[in-house]
Amino acid sequence: MAQPVAQPTATTPVLPAKLPLKVIAPWAAFFGILMLVLLYFVGAEQGATSVFSGAGVHEWVHDARHLLGFPCH
Amino acid sequence: MNSTTVRNLLVRGMLAGLAAGVLALVIAYWLGEPSVDGAIGFEEAHAAHSHGGEEAELVSRSLQSTAGLATGMLVYGVAFGGIAALAYCFALGRVGRFGPRATALLLSGCALLAVYVVPYLKYPATPPAVGNPDTIGKRTTLYFLMIVLSVLLATGATVLGKRLAPRIGTYYATLAGVLGFVVVMGVAFAVLPVVNDVPEHFPATLLWRFRLSALAIQVTLWSGFGLIFGELAQRLLQPKPAAVPAAPAVPAGR
Repeated sequence: MAQPVAQPTATTPVLPAKLPLKVIAPWAAFFGILMLVLLYFVGAEQGATSVFSGAGVHEWVHDARHLLGFPCH
Repeated sequence: MNSTTVRNLLVRGMLAGLAAGVLALVIAYWLGEPSVDGAIGFEEAHAAHSHGGEEAELVSRSLQSTAGLATGMLVYGVAFGGIAALAYCFALGRVGRFGPRATALLLSGCALLAVYVVPYLKYPATPPAVGNPDTIGKRTTLYFLMIVLSVLLATGATVLGKRLAPRIGTYYATLAGVLGFVVVMGVAFAVLPVVNDVPEHFPATLLWRFRLSALAIQVTLWSGFGLIFGELAQRLLQPKPAAVPAAPAVPAGR
């Protein structure tokens, strides 16, 4: 990919370079899954499925779950 | 160098998500909580229909509406901030002639639509007392299916638009992508089952206010994220243009 060689000025902003996919992939795999696990605990744990028994997680995030649009109970 | 850029963007995304979560929390507390309380009032008045007997309260209402709400909002903000930052790493320089800040705002707008608004149009947020506990499995499946479908389709529409752009021009390529998304999503809306668990005599104005506040929370979250993350990304990727004449303006060549 050709990089812009002209000096950046107020009228010609430099467009950002692409980040190669193989560089993004390990971050996306690890942190993507971690973030999805977080979302699962906010949005669905102890609703349709449970990792922990009881209703503590469900009750604690109850209001957020309703207001964020997840089906709650 | 590139891997460091991804890491720096990810950290900034999660921080921007946390900040956006705080903004969303303010909206949720001021606009959302009154409707939640109203719906719980309705639920208690009609307790004979929904919950069987009196259950011991596991988490008190005052905790649910403050610390519990904050936990949910902030974790949601951080999680989506991280995911959006990873999507941003991919979108940067690939979606069109946009700078770091504009790309961030564009991505946030699209995420708001694809992750929340489109699924919400078919399966809107429901307050307490609305929703039959027996159908929670089905409703959860349908809702998450809708999000996945909408996000995949939005990504597909963007790729389609990029492919068509050299042949038919950016304007018509964008229209084709949007049209493709709307048509396929329309078919999905028509085919997927309807969910209607609104109990009899549930106040329509209360339901409307709850759903409007749910939408306001997401608009706040995503616009807040787009603006904050855009500033952070701009500073990271284009620090002080033309400060040093010889310095490369682009953070990393390939």
